[in-house]
Amino acid sequence: MKSKTMPSFAAIGRFWLPVLALVVPLALIVTVTGQFGGLSLQRTVIEMLISIVIVVGLYVFVGNSGVISFGHATFVAIAAYASAWQTCCEMLKPITMAGLPPFLRDQSIPLLPSAIVSVLLAGAAAFLTGLVIMRLTGLAASISTLAVLFILNVVYSNWDSVTMGSASIVGLPTYVTAWLALACAVLAIVIAYLYQISAFGLAIRATREDEVAAAASGISLYWSRLIAFTLSGFMVGLGGVLLAHYLGTVSINNFFLSFTFLALAMLIVGGMGSLAGAVVGVVVITAMVDIFRRLEGGISIGGQQWSLPAGTQELIIAAFMLLILVFRKDGIMAGREIGLPEQAQREKGLING
Amino acid sequence: MRLVNFAQADYITIGAYALVVPTASVTPPLLLGALPTAVMIGGVLLVVVVLALLTERLAFRPLRNSNPSTLLISSFAVSYFLQNLVMLIHTGRPKSVGIGQSLANAVEIGGVRVPGVQLLTMGVTAGLLVALVFFLKKTPLGIQMRAAAENFQMARLLGMPANRVIALAFAISGLLGGAVSLLLTIQTGTLDLRMGLMPVVYGFFATVIGGMGSLPGAALGGFLVGVASVLLQTYLPADLRPFRDAGVFTLVILILLVRPQGLIVTSAAKERV
Repeated sequence: MKSKTMPSFAAIGRFWLPVLALVVPLALIVTVTGQFGGLSLQRTVIEMLISIVIVVGLYVFVGNSGVISFGHATFVAIAAYASAWQTCCEMLKPITMAGLPPFLRDQSIPLLPSAIVSVLLAGAAAFLTGLVIMRLTGLAASISTLAVLFILNVVYSNWDSVTMGSASIVGLPTYVTAWLALACAVLAIVIAYLYQISAFGLAIRATREDEVAAAASGISLYWSRLIAFTLSGFMVGLGGVLLAHYLGTVSINNFFLSFTFLALAMLIVGGMGSLAGAVVGVVVITAMVDIFRRLEGGISIGGQQWSLPAGTQELIIAAFMLLILVFRKDGIMAGREIGLPEQAQREKGLING
Repeated sequence: MRLVNFAQADYITIGAYALVVPTASVTPPLLLGALPTAVMIGGVLLVVVVLALLTERLAFRPLRNSNPSTLLISSFAVSYFLQNLVMLIHTGRPKSVGIGQSLANAVEIGGVRVPGVQLLTMGVTAGLLVALVFFLKKTPLGIQMRAAAENFQMARLLGMPANRVIALAFAISGLLGGAVSLLLTIQTGTLDLRMGLMPVVYGFFATVIGGMGSLPGAALGGFLVGVASVLLQTYLPADLRPFRDAGVFTLVILILLVRPQGLIVTSAAKERV
C-alpha cells in the first residue's frame, strides 16, 4: 500500500542506478588514491574529475543534440578568466590588467561568489551565442561554433589590458581538492542525468534521432537546442573555474584546439550517446594520457632506462580515437547507460516502440 | 562527400616541412628545397598528394557511410595526429627557410610596385582555378566527381567508380595544398607547426558561406572573406586592428544566419526528407 503513495526504495534505486553506477566508482577512486596513491596520482585524479565536469557539460549539448560543438572551450575560457579577474593577485592586477573596471581591479572578491558569478557569465555567454548559432543546423552549426572559438581566441589574445594577451595570468588561489572536484563531478553527472530524462531532454534526444520527425511532433529544434546549449555552457563554465583554481594559472592558449580536441576525444571514445559514455571516456583517456606521459618521462625495466619520445602520447590518443571511430563508431558504451538488465530491456522497448 | 577536412591544414604544413631535413636546428639544411626548382615543386606536390591519399585510405574510406559529424571529428583526429607527428620529427620550434628569394623583389607595373611573389601567387591561383574548372566541367572523371557530390548513391548505381573518384578528389586537394605550402613558404620564409591552420580555416569559412559543393560559391566566399579582412585591416582604428580576424569570423556567422546553406545553393545541399 505504501508503495503506491510513495516510491519504494527499490524504485528510487532503479531511478538513480545509472548515476550511482558512475558516482560510486569515482568516489572509490578518490578514496583509494587519497589513502594509498602518490602525489602525482592524486593530481591525475583531480584532473580527471575536472575533465568529467567539462566533458559531461559538453555531453549535455553534443550527446543529446547530436550536433558537434567545437566552441565549448570558449565558455571554459570565459569562466576561467572571469574567475581570474575576480580572485587573482590583488597587488599586481592594477599593473598587469589595468583595463579592468575599478571594482574588479582594486579588490578581490571572495571565492564562492566569484565562482558563482564566473559560472553565470559562462552560461550567459553560451545563451547569447546559442541564440544566434542554434538557428543553424548540421555542419553549418558546427562550423559556426568553430568560428566562435576563433573569435574568442583572437579577442582574448589581443585584449592586452584585460587578459594580459597570450601571456599566462599566474597566482590564482588554488583551492581545488580531490573531494571538491568529486563533488562538482557528481553535481555535473546528476544535473546531466536529470536533464536527459526530463521532458526537455527527451525532446532534444528525439531531434537527435530524426530532426524532421521530431519537428513534425511539435518539438522546436531551436528552443530544445538552445536550452541544452545554455545548460551545457553553465556546466563547462564550472569546469573552467575548477581548472583555473586547480592549476593556479590561466592562459588563453590552453583553451584552444588541443583542449577542444582532447575533450571531444574523451566524449567520442566513451560514446557520445550516453552519460556513462562521457564519464567512461574521460576515465579511459585520462588513464592513457597518464600512462604514456609516464612512459615519455622514462621508466627503468631490467636496469635499463626506457623512454618514449615526447609527443608519442598525442599520437596514440589520436590514433586510438580514429580506431574507435572506425571499429566502434558509437564509442565504448555504444549509447547505453549502466543499469539493470530488466531496465535496459524496458528502455529498448521504449525506443523501439 | 561533404567532408570538412581539418587535415588539409596539415597537408600544407607537411608539404612545407618536406623542404627541409628534420633536425632541431632553427635554420635547417634543405632537403627537397635543395633540388632544382622543377624537381622541388614536383617533389613537394608528390609528398602532399601521397599524404592526402594515405589519409583517405586509412582514415576516411572506412568511414565513408558515416554521417558528416563523424567525418568532421575523424578529420579533426587526423589533423591532430599529423600535427603531432610533425612536432615529433621536426620539433615544435619555428624554422626559417629561404627558397625563391629572387621572387621577393618588387616588380613595377604601370607605377604600382608589386612583390614578385604576389604576382606569382595570383598567377598560380588563377591557373589552378581555370584548370580545376576545366577538369570538373569537361573531363569524364570531373563530371563523375560532380555527380558524386550531388548524389553519391545514384552516381554509384550508374557505375561511377566510387573509390577512384574519391581518391582523386583527395589527390586534387593534396595538389592544391602542396601549391599553397610552396607559395606560403616563399612568401613568409618560415616554417611553423600551425602555418597551415589559418589559411585552411579561412578556406572552410569561405566554402561554407559560399555554399558547400559549389566551386563558384567557394571562389566567391574566398573573395568575400579576403576582401572583408583587407577592408577591416585598412579601416579599423589601429588599436582594434588585432581583432580583425574576430570581425571576419563574426561576418561568417552573420552570413550563415541569413543564408544557412551558403550564398550559392546547389541542389546537393538541399536536405532530403
